[in-house]
Amino acid sequence: MIVRILGEGQYDVADDALDRLNQLDSAVEAGIEARDEEQFRSALAALLDGVRTVGAPHDASSLDASDLILPHADASLDEVADLLSGDGLIPG
Amino acid sequence: MSLMKRISLIFRSKANKALDRAEDPRETLDYSYQRQLDLLSKVRRGVADVATSRKRVELQVNQLEQQSAKLQDQAQKAISMDREDLAREALTRKSGLTTQIADLKAQHAQLQGEEEKLTLAQQRLQAKVESFRTRKETIKATYTAAEAQTRINEAMSGIGEEMGDVGLAIQRAEDKTAQMQARAGAIDELIASGALDDVTSHGSGDDIARELESMSSQADVESELARLKAGSEPQAIEAADDGPILEAQSEAQPETEKSAAEDGQ
Repeated sequence: MIVRILGEGQYDVADDALDRLNQLDSAVEAGIEARDEEQFRSALAALLDGVRTVGAPHDASSLDASDLILPHADASLDEVADLLSGDGLIPG
Repeated sequence: MSLMKRISLIFRSKANKALDRAEDPRETLDYSYQRQLDLLSKVRRGVADVATSRKRVELQVNQLEQQSAKLQDQAQKAISMDREDLAREALTRKSGLTTQIADLKAQHAQLQGEEEKLTLAQQRLQAKVESFRTRKETIKATYTAAEAQTRINEAMSGIGEEMGDVGLAIQRAEDKTAQMQARAGAIDELIASGALDDVTSHGSGDDIARELESMSSQADVESELARLKAGSEPQAIEAADDGPILEAQSEAQPETEKSAAEDGQ
């Protein structure tokens, strides 16, 4: 499966690594729901590290859509809220 | 639903909207390709803008470091003249500058990171746009409605996602650059106005330099005088052998220099 980290590009991630990533993803979500910037940032950093560790960079010239997309590494809570509301994205 | 899933769905729906815009899907391909080229030149400009900002910050760091070295010199000079108060003042100002310099260096690192990220984003987009162009021509050449639609959808969602990503990266870099430029402008003004000589807002202007200068010119005069006095004695002894006229001349010379030095003060 293909995972994109915004600002970094796409990674190929084996399906069996997904459970672990889902756990990390839940922690990020919890941080967002609690509006806890600290918690959110450290959870996001762990999630992105997880993807970089288990994933391999996807061929840059391929035109494949990602299955999952993650915020950029230094995203703030507000920026992620923007992403989720669909604002601030340049439509393809 | 997971965060990762939600963000990817939003990206996809954006890409699909762009796809619905044209009646003939092949027009969509051309339209999208045009947008991709626009975005590519935008990201190139973005890289150049960030580089300009970075260079400006570099320049400012250099200026502030020179200023800081100057204050260090002044402190040294003041100490050698037993003026601890002046030395303290110079060092206080220097520590104010040190904070500014550390701040600027952190910003410089941030800009450099931004520049690298954008450069990589540009390379990724470039590779994808190139693939898209090839695929677009293939799809158009072998166009049969149903088959083409699927392949267009694939190509569009892949490139749409990349464009959304790069677009975001450009926006972020622009925001950061704008913040830095506002700050850099403020520091430029400060440097130009000489107010940074006075970062701790004690005293006014470069009074340390003025005081040190007047002290050192006094000291210069004194040492010059001492040198002349010391020099005139052996001359006077020699002159005594040659007769009274020369002796009178060598006596007169230091007198004129001494009064010239006093006039100069």
